[in-house]
Amino acid sequence: MFAYIVRRLLFAVPILIGVNLITFALFFMVNTPDDMARAQLGAKQTTPQMIAAWKADRGYDKPLFFNSEQGGIETITDTLFVQESVKLFQFDFGQSDSGRQISADVYERMWPSLAIALPTFIIGLTTNIALALLIVLFRGTTLDRTAMAVAVAIMSISGLFYIIAGQVLFSKMLNWVPISGYSDGTDFWKFLILPVLIGVFAGIGAGVRWYRSIFLEEIHRDYVRTARAKGLSEVRVLFGHVMQNGLLPILTGVVVVIPTLFMGSLIMESFFGIPGLGSYTIEAIQAQDFAIVKAMVFLGSVLYIIGLILTDISYTYFDPRVKLS
Amino acid sequence: MMPSFYWTDIMLWALFGLLLVAIKQILADKQKRQQWRQVFSSKTAMAAAIVLVVYFMVALADSIHFNVETQSSAQNAAQTTIQMTPLDMVFSHLIVKTERTYSAPFASHEYSRSIVYDEQGQVSQQFLPLQHVADYFSNDDKSASWYLVKQASWAFMAAVLLLFVFASIHAYGKFVAFAQLHAGEHPIKLPWQTAYVTVFILVFTAVFLYLLSFDYHVLGTSKVGDDVFYQSLKSVRTGILIGALTTVVMLPLALVLGISAGYFKGWIDDIIQYLYTTLNSIPGVLLIAAAVLVMQSIMANNADWFGSSEERADLRLLFLILILGITSWTGLCRLLRAETLKISQIEYVTAAKAFGMGPFTIIRRHIMPNLMHLVLIALVLDFSGLVLAEAVLSYVGVGVDPTTPSWGNMINQARLEMAREPMVWWSLLSAFCFMFALVLAANLFADRVQWVLNPRNNTEK
Repeated sequence: MFAYIVRRLLFAVPILIGVNLITFALFFMVNTPDDMARAQLGAKQTTPQMIAAWKADRGYDKPLFFNSEQGGIETITDTLFVQESVKLFQFDFGQSDSGRQISADVYERMWPSLAIALPTFIIGLTTNIALALLIVLFRGTTLDRTAMAVAVAIMSISGLFYIIAGQVLFSKMLNWVPISGYSDGTDFWKFLILPVLIGVFAGIGAGVRWYRSIFLEEIHRDYVRTARAKGLSEVRVLFGHVMQNGLLPILTGVVVVIPTLFMGSLIMESFFGIPGLGSYTIEAIQAQDFAIVKAMVFLGSVLYIIGLILTDISYTYFDPRVKLS
Repeated sequence: MMPSFYWTDIMLWALFGLLLVAIKQILADKQKRQQWRQVFSSKTAMAAAIVLVVYFMVALADSIHFNVETQSSAQNAAQTTIQMTPLDMVFSHLIVKTERTYSAPFASHEYSRSIVYDEQGQVSQQFLPLQHVADYFSNDDKSASWYLVKQASWAFMAAVLLLFVFASIHAYGKFVAFAQLHAGEHPIKLPWQTAYVTVFILVFTAVFLYLLSFDYHVLGTSKVGDDVFYQSLKSVRTGILIGALTTVVMLPLALVLGISAGYFKGWIDDIIQYLYTTLNSIPGVLLIAAAVLVMQSIMANNADWFGSSEERADLRLLFLILILGITSWTGLCRLLRAETLKISQIEYVTAAKAFGMGPFTIIRRHIMPNLMHLVLIALVLDFSGLVLAEAVLSYVGVGVDPTTPSWGNMINQARLEMAREPMVWWSLLSAFCFMFALVLAANLFADRVQWVLNPRNNTEK
């Protein structure tokens, strides 16, 4: 097991280097440090000296890949690419354009993101699975068909509408919860309940359809027929056998999402004014703060890769048929 | 009046051409014809397809630009050239008739009070009447209902007339088919009734709203007084472009890379797998946002590349489509790789190899045809997701240009209007309706296509 995990971790390294290369190409080659400096300092009154100073301040004045002024190993290492990459791999994201430490910001904003993403994820998952099982129980009936039609309708509505409608209905008209904001105190749930509910509801359409198809696939298996032949009731077959076996593909599909919960939901956080990583990213995009966007791209892919590794491990852990090799 | 085409126009018409070629091929092949008859034998699929066709037609009508000479204003007699599409020409009365600010659907007066000085110099707050709403019947309720009945009956007549034309073509087609006697083919009954009802409802609503739009702002006006109905219709093109063209951009990438990885295996497979795992591991929205940001800054630094602001907006749309395409081929590629691996193990491929056929012949003759259902399913499934993604991206600020009409931009503006008291709800509602109809139709159609073309489903039925 240990050797397997180490091997998987090693396999992640080239992928991370690839991600790093892509972000580097986007942010330093296509959009050169000179462009960045000009955008940051304002296009009109920038002198070459100011640009040079700005670049030197950030360490952007080095050559991209190959430093001919240095000798030995430094020709490669004393370059923008290596310097930037090393910093990224140490999770030192540098400064944002407003001069704050990005790593500190990320750490601070991680918690609000989790506070909203984790409940959405757990409640959403249980609701979807419960509804899917219920619909499978009534498969082939009018209820099944109606539920599927409703699911398609729910899927066809942009998440933006759910957020706006929810805010208008529950915050503006009924005045039950505040429209937006966040608090660390005891009344924190007031700010979270609406985004969580909207997040759960918006996911029901796609989720129920997905889980229903997993359970339906399971229900045609031989062991289900055997269980029925034994005289078990349909409910017991469903909840005892089908759910247990269906949970495996669900579980492994779900594990990959867990690390990415840190990133929060971009749209949800910015609509509800929750100071998490999602709204952080959107603000950075709108302010064209390349340093933050770069950091978030890297962080996002690190989390995704961790998710993939966790999926593999959970797969082998829960399904004895899959052997680690 | 010389027509001119933007880049996205050309791509949309090229896509239209491709679709025609595909339809021709389907009609020529007996097996495919049967399959598609099966797709359309579902009532929902039939209705959904008609809705999609109508949307596509609106987008096409908005994709030829003519240079039209106009006088910019009464004082300024100088001729200016503006570009108009056929859709603009049909709705030209709405372009001219803009109001000062917000007005609700079918309103006769503005939405908020304005300060008015009357002749005596008295100040009062009034709801000003709208400039371009026919007010000859606003005092008399009877004439208003008479007006509605009149326009509705025109719309009814138009719809019936169009249905009659369709029915004649349909009957003629049946007659020809009867004369030729398609031997040996068991035609699947198509739900023509549903088709006729859908066409009737669509044509009736469209004509009715169009007639009313001469005297009213049927869906209200926006902050700067633009007609929301017209805005929503203009947004159709953006939605269709992003939904349809992105899939076309990603298709060659996914096909070439997926098949080569699955067929040639070895180091080619390793490289391609590495490529898509790397791309895949960057969260989609972030990658798109990063690419669009960089693109924006390039465009800002090279402002002299673009002639007009329209061209600039169009190029930005094109870039967005390219970026979306480049970031979304990985899923299909992985699917095609797996399927190619499976197919290349089958005996007939081994036999073909033994006969000394080249790899490209084998791919073309034996592998590609067996992948087409996957490609098709992926394309129709992706469409609705991309239309939804456009709205989110425009909201985030990395979508289409703010001057390009799109549902995302409409929602984005509507978000600010939510804070107004009383609330301005109509532009949000119309963006919602237009988008919902398109995405729902696409989802329903995609479901049906997937059901019919997926070989696994057919065995269960």
